[in-house]
Amino acid sequence: MTSPSDQHRTVVRDSLAVGIAVGAYGFAFGAASVAAGLSVLQTCLLSLLAFTGGSQFAVVGVIAGGGSVAAALGSGWLLGSRNALYAMRLAPLLRPRRGRRLLAALGTIDESTAMAVAQREEPLGRTAFWWTFAGVFVFWNLFTFVGAAGAGALGDPRRFGLDAVVPAAFLALLAPRLRDGRVAWRVGAAGALIAVILIPLTPPGVPVLASTAALLLGTERRPP
Amino acid sequence: MSDGSLWVLVAGTCAGCYLLKIIGYVLPPRVLDRPAVRRAVSLLPVALLAALVVVELLAAGSSYDIDAARIAGFAAGAVAVWRRAPFLVVIVLAAVVAAALRVVP
Repeated sequence: MTSPSDQHRTVVRDSLAVGIAVGAYGFAFGAASVAAGLSVLQTCLLSLLAFTGGSQFAVVGVIAGGGSVAAALGSGWLLGSRNALYAMRLAPLLRPRRGRRLLAALGTIDESTAMAVAQREEPLGRTAFWWTFAGVFVFWNLFTFVGAAGAGALGDPRRFGLDAVVPAAFLALLAPRLRDGRVAWRVGAAGALIAVILIPLTPPGVPVLASTAALLLGTERRPP
Repeated sequence: MSDGSLWVLVAGTCAGCYLLKIIGYVLPPRVLDRPAVRRAVSLLPVALLAALVVVELLAAGSSYDIDAARIAGFAAGAVAVWRRAPFLVVIVLAAVVAAALRVVP
């Protein structure tokens, strides 16, 4: 039998562990962003205010590939749309008011949502949300700065394999979603195929946006 | 890319991503809570992330760019993802393998 305070401590510890693990990933973002041509300040502002790793990586990835600002923003926003669903799921749990709501919104990301909804009791869910948010926020921003500042010092990012890190990072974000089942696999495979075909045919950035057409394969077909 | 457009990019990303988060708290649930919307929004990242994987791996601008060291580094990272290794392991493996192959002539 574990006491409530033991449970609380366990949740805090797990939440911070997630923060450290994800934060390390901020190093790769910082380096990729500076390599794409953003300044250290611009890179840090993205991590502080956008604070959603997938969108941030997508935006600098499209820019690094020579894509337009519009294509980069489109990819980043589309990828960030899932956070609206997370917020909807978290609203009844957190019931945040005014200032707290503005803060809760900033902290609404994959990890804090996953940790919050995984708890069996509501108070533990709230603890998990706020501590995961705090842990990821601190380490993500810290490592973004270290990666951004360090990338300049290290020189050519290809020399330390950054160009292999970025696709691997996207794969790490994708993998948990593929475990949802066959429909996700189909949509993922079709998205990748559309992008590969379009690489030489369209301006940079467009293949990523066009991959959303793969969603047509995700619609459920019911007999008439 | 000019400094001005980079600032537009940064401001647009920050504002857009934050707005997407806050609307989930502000809008009444029935606006977003429909099966079709839910399904589309949960599958969007799958298509986009899969596309980003192949574009980052195989493209340089609007042409294919097949680089053995990059592909090997990515493959090492992919094995780590498959083995459910932590983020840090995935990233370090991909970087080390790609960098090592470039040092060896």
